Amino acid sequence: MSFLAATHMTCGYGGANIIEDCSITVEQGEIAVVVGPNGAGKSTAMKAVFGMLELKEGSVVLDGQDITSVPPQDRVPLGMAFVPQNGNVFVTMTVEENLEMGAFIRNDDITPTMEQVYELFPILYEKRNQLAGELSGGQRQQVAVGRALMTQPKLLMLDEPTAGVSPVVMDDLFDRIIDVARTGIAVLMVEQNARQALEIADHGFVMVQGKNRFTDTGEALLANPEVRRSFLGG
Amino acid sequence: MELLNAIALLTNFVLIPATAYGAQIALGALGVTLIFGILRFANFSHGEVMSFGAMAAILFTWFLQGQGVSIHPLPTALLGLPVGILAAIAVTLIADRVVFRYYRQQRVTPITLAMASIGLLFVLAGLVRFIIGPEHQNIADGERFLITAFEFREMTGLDEGIGIRQTQALTLVIAVIAMVALFWFLQKTRAGKAMRAYSDNVDLALLSGINPDRVVMIAWIITGALAATAATLYSLDKVYQPFIFLQILLPIFAATILGGIGQPVGAVIGAFVVAYSEVMVTYAFRRFIGYLGPADWAPESMVQLMSTNYKFAVSFIILVVVLLVRPTGIIRGKVIER
Repeated sequence: MSFLAATHMTCGYGGANIIEDCSITVEQGEIAVVVGPNGAGKSTAMKAVFGMLELKEGSVVLDGQDITSVPPQDRVPLGMAFVPQNGNVFVTMTVEENLEMGAFIRNDDITPTMEQVYELFPILYEKRNQLAGELSGGQRQQVAVGRALMTQPKLLMLDEPTAGVSPVVMDDLFDRIIDVARTGIAVLMVEQNARQALEIADHGFVMVQGKNRFTDTGEALLANPEVRRSFLGG
Repeated sequence: MELLNAIALLTNFVLIPATAYGAQIALGALGVTLIFGILRFANFSHGEVMSFGAMAAILFTWFLQGQGVSIHPLPTALLGLPVGILAAIAVTLIADRVVFRYYRQQRVTPITLAMASIGLLFVLAGLVRFIIGPEHQNIADGERFLITAFEFREMTGLDEGIGIRQTQALTLVIAVIAMVALFWFLQKTRAGKAMRAYSDNVDLALLSGINPDRVVMIAWIITGALAATAATLYSLDKVYQPFIFLQILLPIFAATILGGIGQPVGAVIGAFVVAYSEVMVTYAFRRFIGYLGPADWAPESMVQLMSTNYKFAVSFIILVVVLLVRPTGIIRGKVIER
């Protein structure tokens, strides 16, 4: 059984199903990437995994525990952390306060974790007393990921972490995400930049119209001629 | 000498009263802005919560006076204030439990919550009149003046005196303590930061494991405490009269919106701007001008922009101008959505 196994998920808003029989699995210390064209249901799949949408069918199992009916807030203490695509930092609070809020559920000493985050993102240490709303897009994403890491999650979920940042910043962010995975955390992310994301992915899930189309290692998907032709622009 | 007289005159009739009044408005506006930041609706019942808190403080003060308790030279109402605070907190928490929580769970629009708060306004207003009656109650005892205008004139030899009423000084001291405590709480404590986080981004606050019920409860407790303090100080400084607390909503909302909705610092700045405007616009400057020039140069008229009967129009004008020119307020705050 995988560390996270979201299997045969079917759900949507109102009557229509956005995703159907969709399965996503992640192992500890690995990066899993969900890619696919616009409107394929990638973000919906993420929300379904985190419990923000009720599943009509299927189940979500984290570390052997069935959490299908656990509400999102209660999944945070279980070791899941979610970085939404928009509004993922407290803009009126300083970088350091953002990290503190990320660790809100913890009652132990958070300084070591904060130091780890600053080690991972040195720029955040420099800007720790600045308001998150005053930072650049790339720095904000670092705050967002840092905030999520403060709960010491076992599974980190990222919804398009590189949306709206420059290519250089994107490469840097991907490097940091690899660093995060190396510490043993399972990383699940949705990405628009399919090629670059698959390059760092251990496993890739190509979604089309709410269904799994291809599932393989990142390397194999990049080498697959059909995937290349249809989704990676040749 | 003439210039000093002019300054003394202005200090006595504008600066001191406006500062005390501004501090009272600020305490009220802080409660409104806090509720807007956390619960995202304009709480029209705030004035009546203030009234209820002051009423409880007055009733307990009477009880103490009946028992012969006195803290002369300080007013006995200071001892009644904690009871007023507890009463106002009880009212906000009960109101949230029986009214606002239901609408929150229904995920209604902010305007529905605002309407519900108007309903609460009428209920509380009725309750207050039922318990203490509609007449005005004077509760100031203890020493009236820190320094009287007469003493000041004797001391300085000026023609104009500066009198500082004890209630004005008390208002300022207590308001400053309350504000410092509030800002310390919001900036430095875990619960305070959680409130700011919740006000900033509800979804992310939930994702961070912040308990929304706790945040809402703390917001109401703080609001109730500030409301009772503001109203008791106002009643001490002037007089307690139930209908005043409907009128006082206008300067309080003007201050809240002028400062930037949901911005505590803005609420304080807004409150003082409103208070100074109100007092200055309704003050007759004739004597002041008289001191600044040669003898008998002052005009015949009172040089008063508006009659004091119209002082609430000042808040209203500020409100309209802000909404037209800069709806986000001095410190960029939230814009009320429908």
